[in-house]
Amino acid sequence: MQIIYDGTFEGLLTAIFDIYERKFNGVKIFRKDKITALGLFENHEVHSDPDKAARVLRGLKKKLSASTLNNFYWCFLSELDGIEDHILSYARYALSSAQPVEQDYGNASVLEIAQVARKVGREKHRFEAFVRFQEINSNFYYAAIDPDHNVLPLIIPHFRRRYPAQDWLIYDTRRHYGIHYDSQTEQTHEAIMDFDAASNRGQSTCIAIDTDEAHYQSLWKHYFKHVNIPARRNMKLHLQHVPKRYWKYLVEKQ
Amino acid sequence: MTAPHLPISETRIHEKLRILSDAAKYDVSCASSGSKRANHNKGLGDATGMGICHTYTEDGRCVSLLKLLLTNHCIFDCAYCVSRKSNDIKRAAFTIEEVIGLTINFYRRNYIEGLFLSSGIFKNADVTMERLVTIAKKLRTEHKFNGYIHLKTIPGASEELMQQAGLYADRLSVNIEMPTESALKSLAPDKNMNDILTPMSYLSESIVNYTAEKKVIKTSPAFAPAGQSTQMVIGATPETDKDILFTASSLYKNYGLKRVYYSGYVPISTDERMPGIGTPPPVIREHRLYQTDWLLRFYGFSVNEIVNDEHPLLDTDIDPKLSWALRNPAVFPVDINTADYSLILRVPGIGVSSAKKITAARRFGKLDAQQLSKIGVSMNRAKYFIICQGGSFVNIGLQPQLIRHHILSLSSGKFKSAHSPQLTLF
Ligand code: SF4
Repeated sequence: MQIIYDGTFEGLLTAIFDIYERKFNGVKIFRKDKITALGLFENHEVHSDPDKAARVLRGLKKKLSASTLNNFYWCFLSELDGIEDHILSYARYALSSAQPVEQDYGNASVLEIAQVARKVGREKHRFEAFVRFQEINSNFYYAAIDPDHNVLPLIIPHFRRRYPAQDWLIYDTRRHYGIHYDSQTEQTHEAIMDFDAASNRGQSTCIAIDTDEAHYQSLWKHYFKHVNIPARRNMKLHLQHVPKRYWKYLVEKQ
Repeated sequence: MTAPHLPISETRIHEKLRILSDAAKYDVSCASSGSKRANHNKGLGDATGMGICHTYTEDGRCVSLLKLLLTNHCIFDCAYCVSRKSNDIKRAAFTIEEVIGLTINFYRRNYIEGLFLSSGIFKNADVTMERLVTIAKKLRTEHKFNGYIHLKTIPGASEELMQQAGLYADRLSVNIEMPTESALKSLAPDKNMNDILTPMSYLSESIVNYTAEKKVIKTSPAFAPAGQSTQMVIGATPETDKDILFTASSLYKNYGLKRVYYSGYVPISTDERMPGIGTPPPVIREHRLYQTDWLLRFYGFSVNEIVNDEHPLLDTDIDPKLSWALRNPAVFPVDINTADYSLILRVPGIGVSSAKKITAARRFGKLDAQQLSKIGVSMNRAKYFIICQGGSFVNIGLQPQLIRHHILSLSSGKFKSAHSPQLTLF
């Protein structure tokens, strides 16, 4: 049976609730926007429900540590195919076992959740590094990102700590949403905008306003070039650390 | 008067940035971790987290800090250094405001974690050091900058200046430069070991004292909260790896250093005492030194297990952990399901995180080869040294030469990329 949910974490927890309540067996969980073969199998569509989600969370909290629940969330953000099934299978294992199971890395789902969460963690860390702001107005900074996993929510606390006195917006061009921080109110909120493909990079349209921006970008590129030691050139290592797919918003790789 | 002939795109500040980053780049330290400087004043930046590499150069090194010399004018004549007095190169100097402007504007754009500032010695040690301290102080006080600052302390600078430096910087370093005193004497005639070790020990004491004080009085200032580090140039002089590692290990022990960096000498002069221009820098050797350094700090090895009179040089073909294992066949095979953590850590192909997972997971049931490999153990290496559920893999017994041969034939090509301090290939 295919369980179809709306792509939110709340929806996923509600899905687990439904599966338990209705004693579904042999299920696979799919995000609604990812499903391709509707109708081939029996389907159950989940209606996100905060109360049901909260009940599942409470149940899991009795069995699992905060860091494992955190891993569930990070894995959910990985958007990897089949990750929901691992979350479900881990949850089932934990709920049915009398002993704590979190360190049972011999279990496929326990290990998978730990490893995917690490992978997401690595990309989170990468984007704390790879975000490149441009000042498009006095004290307003904009950055575009295109991560493999949906790490934007995870990197926000880092940038709040770092830039409390700047206004900034980080925009995910793959998922078409951004998060904006306002230094006056010290609040963040989600910003959904539809940049057209041509202006996605935010450069052509916005930048001319602040002339210093081009100056500092060019100084940064200059620095990047000269801090390199040609006698030690090692592109293999370079690419391992800065994979090509991340280049498009890195000033120094333009 | 004719204007100087600059390429159109290179303004004066571009030129300074080129010259003074070029001259600073041989200092390899780029760490930005270990500080606890939070953004408490709604200022700019935060240095509480782990270090961040914002990008990597084409030689594969981490770019975390804006690494600059204040000036490359220098009254000293150290043979291994591009900025040495006798070298005929273009000189430049930043103003204080220029360094601050670059730091702040790069930081705001998330290019860097902070500033690593060093300098050639102009006039004398104190004048130079004072200028460096002023920059750090202005960044902290006038610009509310909470990013990372690493200052190089100038050998011979007064204690008073060093003490101030420690209050504004996250990390301080005095470079030991050479693995031995005699090498230093021969290549850096204006320096002596004492001028280097004295400030090192002053810093080490201050760090200990301030830390103790801070435990009692929370509001007392932090002194170089990320500690001190040092660097030595390797491959410029004929010291063995044993000399180098014994020096490093005594620095860790006696001065509480956070890191010792090894900088493979990149030939920059025709001085006959050192390798000539065009000689490739010893990147693999450097990598093996970092791996050994890692073994000393995180794997519970002591230095003379890795290098000693019998084995004064690290094997460049294989990593030091494997090399140690092959020299000590009696220790193996290790039973994954029963051995101590410390012994599992010594198995080639098992890193810290796999070793931890193993000791946690085996309580749920004996682990087999497939589980080990999923956990992250590199079975290509480990299989010669372990027993796990399902038995051992090699019935031939431990034959070091054979194992070495097998592993080498599998891992060709890996070493071309294997010289970053960030890599750990165990
Ligand atoms: S004192 Fe420093 S900058 Fe001057 S020549 Fe020696 S190493 Fe180079």
